[in-house]
Parts: sequence; C-alpha cells; structure tokens
Amino acid sequence: MSEELIPEYIKQKKVIRQQYFFRGNAACPGCPIPKELDLLLEVMGKKTVLVVPASCSTVIMGDIKGSPSPVPVVHSAFASAAAIASGLSRQLRMRGEDAKVVVWAGDGATGDIGFAAVSGAAERNEDIIYVCYDNEAFMNTGIQRSSLTPFGAWTTTTPAGKREFKKPVPFIMMEHKIPYVATASIAYPFDYQAKLRKAKDMQGFRYIHLLSPCPPGWRFDSSLTIEVAKLAVETGVWPLFEVVNGEFSLTGISKTLLDKSKRKPVEEYLKLQGRFAKMSEEEIKVFQEAVDSMWEYIKDLVKR
Amino acid sequence: MMTVTKHVTAMVGNHAVAYAVKQAKPQVLAVFPITPQTTMLEKLAEYIEKGELKAELIKVEGEHSALAAVYGAAVAGARVFTATSSQGLLYMTEMIYWAGGERVPIVNAVATRALAEPWSIWDDHQDFFSKRDASWIMMMAENVQEAYDMTLQAFRISEDKRVLLPVMMGFDGFILTHTMERLEILEDEIVNKFIPPREFNLIDFNDPVNVGPIAAPDDYMRIKFETMKAMEGSKEVIEEISKEYEEISGRKQFGLIECYMCDDAEYVFVTAGAWTGDAREAVRRMRSQGKKVGLLKIRVVRPFPKERIKDSLKGVHGVVVFDREYSYGIGGILATEIKATLYNSGIDVYSVIAGIGGKDVRPLHFQKVMEDVLNGHKFDERWLNE
Ligand code: SF4
Repeated sequence: MSEELIPEYIKQKKVIRQQYFFRGNAACPGCPIPKELDLLLEVMGKKTVLVVPASCSTVIMGDIKGSPSPVPVVHSAFASAAAIASGLSRQLRMRGEDAKVVVWAGDGATGDIGFAAVSGAAERNEDIIYVCYDNEAFMNTGIQRSSLTPFGAWTTTTPAGKREFKKPVPFIMMEHKIPYVATASIAYPFDYQAKLRKAKDMQGFRYIHLLSPCPPGWRFDSSLTIEVAKLAVETGVWPLFEVVNGEFSLTGISKTLLDKSKRKPVEEYLKLQGRFAKMSEEEIKVFQEAVDSMWEYIKDLVKR
Repeated sequence: MMTVTKHVTAMVGNHAVAYAVKQAKPQVLAVFPITPQTTMLEKLAEYIEKGELKAELIKVEGEHSALAAVYGAAVAGARVFTATSSQGLLYMTEMIYWAGGERVPIVNAVATRALAEPWSIWDDHQDFFSKRDASWIMMMAENVQEAYDMTLQAFRISEDKRVLLPVMMGFDGFILTHTMERLEILEDEIVNKFIPPREFNLIDFNDPVNVGPIAAPDDYMRIKFETMKAMEGSKEVIEEISKEYEEISGRKQFGLIECYMCDDAEYVFVTAGAWTGDAREAVRRMRSQGKKVGLLKIRVVRPFPKERIKDSLKGVHGVVVFDREYSYGIGGILATEIKATLYNSGIDVYSVIAGIGGKDVRPLHFQKVMEDVLNGHKFDERWLNE
C-alpha cells in the first residue's frame, strides 16, 4: 500500500506505537503471546536475545525461512532454556556486550521439565531475565495438564478436572532469594512493562511470571483474552506483586485486594472459561478457599 | 621439520586434558562432577581460581545443563569445553543431539565408563559408543599423551569452518584418567598459534537470526544432508590438522587410524582406546616368535575411516576386533562396523567382547585369542568373560 492511501489516523498510530514483534506470526487468534513479546521488546530494546524452549512460542517464532522476531532467538530443548541462557549471558559478558538475555518459557518448561535448570540458574544468580508466560497447560501439544494447571480445570489428561493445586512457582522463586521476582498480567500492560523495566535495570536472576490466557486451551471466545486476564486479577486468583531484593509488595489493583470483600468471587473468573464448566459447587468452594488462603499467606508477606 | 623444544613432565590423564584445555583458552566451561572425570573439573576450577585461565566456569546442577550452558555460550561465540562420563553422558544425550544438529563447536572429554544398571564405576566404552549417531566427531585416545594431543586438536577441528561439528574425545576411565604417565607438553605460544581465538558467533544484533527453529521436511532433510557432507569432509581436515600437529609437536600423529606392523601382516587386531597398548605389546611378542600379526588402531570413530581401513587391510587374511562395548541384539559395535567396511573383501572378521565393566584385559588375552585364530579356530563372536 502506498503511503498516500494510508488514512491519517493509522499513520499517527504508527508513530505512537512502534511495533516490536511482527504481525502475521503463527499464534492463534486471541493469543496474547505476540502482544506480550511486543511489550517486552519495547522495554528491552534491540540488544536482547530471546531463549525459547519448546512451546507455542517455538511455532510462533516461525521456521527456518523467517522469524517475526526483530531480535536474535535461540531455540532450546524443553528442559534447558535457563542453562542455555546462562551460557549465553556469560559469553556476552566475556565479549563485553551490554545485552540482555531473556528466557521466554511456558509453564511446563518452567515448572515441570525445566524446573531443575531454572532453580539451578536462580541459585547461581545468573544474569538473565526469566519470563514464564503461563497458559496453565501444555498447549502446544494440545492442552495436557501441567503442574501449573489450576485445580478443577479440564485438560485432555484431566478430563474430569485437575485434582491437584497449581504449583506456586512465583513463591518458590521468591524463596530462591533472587534480586527480583514479579507476577504480571496482559490485562495490565503498564504494570507489566514497569516490572520489565525494573528487571532490566537490575543484575542477577530476575523472574517474571506472566499469566497468559489461552483461548483454545481455556475454552473462551478469542475476543475475551483481556477480560479473562483482568478477572484473574480482580478475583484475586492471580495477585500482582513484586519482590525486590526480598522486599514484597503488591502492585496495581492487587494492592486493594488484601481486603477480601474487595475481591470478586472466583466464579466470575471461572464461568467465562469452558475448562471449568464441569466444576461442582463444592469444587468452586474449594477453589475459592484456596485463593483466600493464598491471600492469608500474602498478608504475612506484606507485613514482614 | 622445525625443531621442537620438549617439555617433559608427568601427569594423570584428567590433569593432562585440563592442562590442554587451559592452553586452548576457552571462554566458557560448564562441568558437573562425575566419577572418574571429577579431578579434571577440580583442576579446571583451580586454574580459574589462580587466574591461570580467564574463563567462566558454570557450576551447573546437572549434565543436561552442562552441555546446554556451553551450547548457549558457543552460540554466542565462545570457545567452550565440558567433560563427563557414563550416566552423565546419558543425561546429556538430548543436548548432545541438539548441539550436533545445530553444528556448534564444542569439545567434550568423555572419561569412558560402564553404564548402570548394575552400578559400575569402571571402564568400558558403552557410554561413548552410544553417542555414535549424534553427528559429533568422536575420537579415542590411547594414552595420556594422546589425550592431551587430541584435546588440542579437537578445538581446531571443531571450530574449522569446513567442519563446524562438536567433538567428543573419549579416554578410558581410571585407566587413563587416574594413571600418571610421561607427558610432553607444548609451549603456550605454540598452542596459541595452533588454535587462534574463535572469531565468529551467531548472535548479531544488527542481523538477528533464529537459531534452531522448526524445519519443514524438505529443509530438515537438506540440513541433514549438509551435516553428512560436513562429517565426510572432516576426514580430510582431521588428517590435515594432525599433520600440522606433528610439525609443532615433533610427535607422530596418525590422523584417522594408526597401523602397527600391518604391511606384511596376515592377521590384524582392531582396537580403539587404552588397551591398544596391550594389543601392541601382544603384537610385539608374537612378532618375536615370527608370527605375522599386526594392529590397526581406530583413532577416529566418527566419521568412521572406512577408506583408510580398507586400504591398510589389503592382503590381510583376517582381523580380530576387540570391543569393550556391545550393541545388544547385534554384536560388538566396532566389529559390526568393520564387517560393514570390509563387505565383500574376503577378509574374515572375528569379534571379541572383553573388558566390559572394567574386567581386566592384558596382552596375554590378546595373544591367546590370536593364537586360536592362527591355529584355524573359526568363530564369529567370543566373550572373554571367564
Ligand atoms: S494454543 Fe494458546 S498459547 Fe498457544 S498459540 Fe494458541 S492461544 Fe496462544
């Protein structure tokens, strides 16, 4: 399209928001991953290497004929992203490059198969930023449960709903006493970017856990991604917080949610998603109680 | 040939390899402790602590991560090194294929050791040979000197632009790792000239690439075809580099294979690794009795030097292949490969399985088997387990 044919308001948009991650990638409609990467790269800049273990993002990054990424991408075997990133970051330092190494990994690669490598890199305090985009199941292989799938959720390997609770990976990472841990949600892009900015300016192992709703996997209409991401926070299911050098604080709207009466009932979050459709009243109660008790735990952290 | 000043010392194999690594000046190392490699890791840590080697040593939480970490560093342009053994090599396996597939230069020293279960800390070659299809160049050292020499050559071969394949250097666990032997070392300057710094890397922020993405079937097969060509082409490079090494070291290096008394031999031992020395002794003894036997040592297991082997076995009646490992359901791995190499040549191949899990093998064992063969006793495969 020639420049003259582009309406003025679109031209303006182009200068207002530079796009960092190219359109026309292989993500599903409504998938938040491209936008999440876009927001990330806007903060990180061009001197960033992405390390991507096996996941939906492997596919989104394109094949050997081309990639939608404006920065180098190193694909990694499922369990090895944090270790590959460790080596990359050490060598970039040896080369004197002021570059950022960012792992972009799903929940399975982080909390399950790659957990030893993540924990190892955190213990060594490697100079990397690790972002877990958590879509709460093995989505790329077709919606199988992971240790981060929430209680009650249908997946193809938990047809009657998952019986175990979600592994609390952000809290486990916090216990590694690394310089920075944060949670984020695509519904709050400024909060997410503020956290990325903070992480970027620090050194050592920085961990950001981003809840990343998946329309086909969670069974909701692809127009509702942001709505679902927002409700996860508003119901208290997904608290937004950060831990800077051991200092815990809630961020954004989550600050107001310590008071239980301010939190919307979890049902509002669950009912939008087909994966929770078969949950009984009793199970929803269990879910609500788990969320409430997490907030009791958070209360303690805030007090500390 | 230039004159070479010799520095003679004595070292155990693990320290000899560590010394070679120090001289090669890698930027990033990642190692996880495993018997019998551990004393090498300790030595490397010591070099770095003392400032004798300026490198990052990543103390990873397991071997899978060890290879992953050096892979990441190598992608970013580092000269890298890791070492392992036995279960550790198995634990690395996924990344072994990953690195071979991406054709990233890496040197991995494998202190060969038997695999569980049952547990065994002793030597055999089962771990090493299980990696033979991962598109790595694989070499086997006979003694401490060769482990040192091979390590230096491995960096050159791996980083050669005509090759670009990771290299695995096998040396027998305990037998070489923990035995002190006479060692000639090169001066640092000479090594620096032999292995200049690695220059290229895959991380360029002005020209970003996708390292290791998905490939559709046509591309995938094309890439594998390229790997096959690189592997075949590496034979020439390996021989060229070992010639060059002969010049700077004043020591005979034999490239892909080494032949000992093959020329007029009627029967020849085929071996790889440390027990080659025992086989050589057996040949010496039998030659003194006027028996026409020889020895062919496989120095490079991958790429398998088919042409060289065929050439040097011309006119031989039979070969006795010693395997310290086994492919269950088919036979000794080297023996199988020698059979394939000698297909239709009319040369008999006798397969001997010995030394499994560290079971003692001495020159006498080699002699005894060969006597049987010379006496017309025919066999396809024999296990020396009595
Ligand atoms: S399956 Fe889910 S996470 Fe994966 S690309 Fe599709 S929407 Fe995104």
